[in-house]
Amino acid sequence: MADNMKTRIDETTDGSTLFQIPFPKDGNLKELKNMSPIIFKRPYLIEYVYSYGQDSPFFAALSNKILLGTECPKCGYKYATPKGHCHKCGTETEWVKLPETGKIHTFTVCELGSEAFLKETPFILGLIEFEGVNSLFLTRLLGFDSSKPSLDWIGREVKPKFIRHSKFKPTDVYFIPV
Amino acid sequence: MRPVYVISGGVSKFAKARPDKNFQGLVKEAYDYALNDIGLEAEKAVELIDGVVGSYFSDHFTNQLMAAIMVQDYLGLVPKPGHRVEGGGATGGICFQEGWKQVASGYMDVCLSYGFETMSKVNTWKGNEFIALASDTSFDYPVGGFYSGYYAMMVARHMQEYGTTVEQLAMVSIKNHKNAMYNSFSQAPMDITIEDVRNAPMVSWPLTRLDICTMSDGAAVTILASEEGVNKIEKAVGHSIPKIKVSGVGRGTDAMRMADRPHEDVLLLPNEKAEDYVGDQFVGGKLKYPGVHSFRAGRMASLQAYQNAGITDPLKEIDFVELHDAYTSSEIQTYEDMGLCKYGEGGKFVEEGYPFLENVEYKTGKSLPKKGTIPVNPSGGLIASGHPVGATGLMQAVFALWQLQGTIGKHFNNDKLQINNAKKGAIHSHAGTGTYVTVSILEKED
Repeated sequence: MADNMKTRIDETTDGSTLFQIPFPKDGNLKELKNMSPIIFKRPYLIEYVYSYGQDSPFFAALSNKILLGTECPKCGYKYATPKGHCHKCGTETEWVKLPETGKIHTFTVCELGSEAFLKETPFILGLIEFEGVNSLFLTRLLGFDSSKPSLDWIGREVKPKFIRHSKFKPTDVYFIPV
Repeated sequence: MRPVYVISGGVSKFAKARPDKNFQGLVKEAYDYALNDIGLEAEKAVELIDGVVGSYFSDHFTNQLMAAIMVQDYLGLVPKPGHRVEGGGATGGICFQEGWKQVASGYMDVCLSYGFETMSKVNTWKGNEFIALASDTSFDYPVGGFYSGYYAMMVARHMQEYGTTVEQLAMVSIKNHKNAMYNSFSQAPMDITIEDVRNAPMVSWPLTRLDICTMSDGAAVTILASEEGVNKIEKAVGHSIPKIKVSGVGRGTDAMRMADRPHEDVLLLPNEKAEDYVGDQFVGGKLKYPGVHSFRAGRMASLQAYQNAGITDPLKEIDFVELHDAYTSSEIQTYEDMGLCKYGEGGKFVEEGYPFLENVEYKTGKSLPKKGTIPVNPSGGLIASGHPVGATGLMQAVFALWQLQGTIGKHFNNDKLQINNAKKGAIHSHAGTGTYVTVSILEKED
């Protein structure tokens, strides 16, 4: 079914606040089981004080336009998404700069998304591989036509680009074609 | 470990929203179904059930911590032992196996495993946000956290590695939606074509709305028992109960961040050889495993379960599979993990008809020469039955139990989905991009 032919309105939760509903006046309690359930809005808002802990230098580097990974000094395993300790041998890793360019390992175009990102759709997610690095890096891809996704994008060379005013999030970096 | 039998099961009706009942009421619906099915009175059940394992995935959806004890209390099963388990999408599968463990270890003779999810408490997009919080919130979620996006990236790589096509994905959707038309508990039965799937709104390329399961409210329970437990229940109900044994359990895991998954050697099943994965058909001349195209946890879980159950050739020895098809793509990937075919052959496996039911007609537009070989998701799976996360793995156990008992006709009010003479079934439950996977083998004892 094409989007412009849809036959259902998307559900939202901005309904009215309810203060009173019908109830049997004669107090006939037997009728209560035939009533509809009460459905109401219950907000839940919270701000966390979150620490990046041992991953903090990665975000500090992003704000200085540097993309860091980690490397195990013992077994040499290299992580494009930093890990503080090596998952192979348990050794504490060292911070290293990642190569200047990478390649698209896989990708998708998100036409829809979680509520937090819905307004940014369509956006492209990609996993990036780097020469000589064992693991991958998840990022946003720009500079590709999101209306024409193609497996040909896999293997394309890309490079990191950094936002000017850091938000201290992994989205401080994104990748574009070389 | 001593033998464990599944003696009864129940599921609630699954729906997008069940505002008519709260979570306690939903579990009670499934629990009463299981008791009624064997004619066990509630008071007697309270006497004979030694303890409980409860499960639900998300405290965010529930908006209630310690919801599991509230269910146990509602069922009248306090002060007996109990605890809650959680493991993302595999929550129900883990719950089933934890129930098995209580009995197998000798700690309990009769154990109730139940699971539920009430996902309608938030809108679909907020729900997707909650689910995406089950990805690394430092590195993955903030980039655009969306599980359909994660699975879409995995299948794009599967397509690149093996030539899997979107039409092959669509065939899974056709099969599971059509099977669900004969399952009276299902949420989204449909008789659809490849074109319908491909023309549905794109969610995350290449996955459309019809490649992806829906959100659901629902609950499921199983009652597990030892030999002694079965005897006690049989005495209480005054009739014998078919012996459906849990003959193998297996569980595997993988790194939460897909980016961290290795690219190394394949974990081989007994019917495979290392040479199977070397050659020009693989990118770089040799399969790099698991990468992001395969679920190592699913392979590990299968390997263990098959070992326990003495299975060496799954395609020949298993009569049907209920597996975690939150996405059509993950069903195809799972055929390979479970060794129903080799890695890389999943697309061809569905295209040739292996996982389709013999007696059901599908609008695939293909001849399906291997139709009926090993029905996969005869119930309609998650895509069409529904996916109330904490209940799903138990729902699979219940549907598998009924297949093995030969009672599908009684429960679904028609026997179209009944597999003749089914003796051995596998159930497979899977969490976030393959982080936790359980496989359990259920077997009819002669």
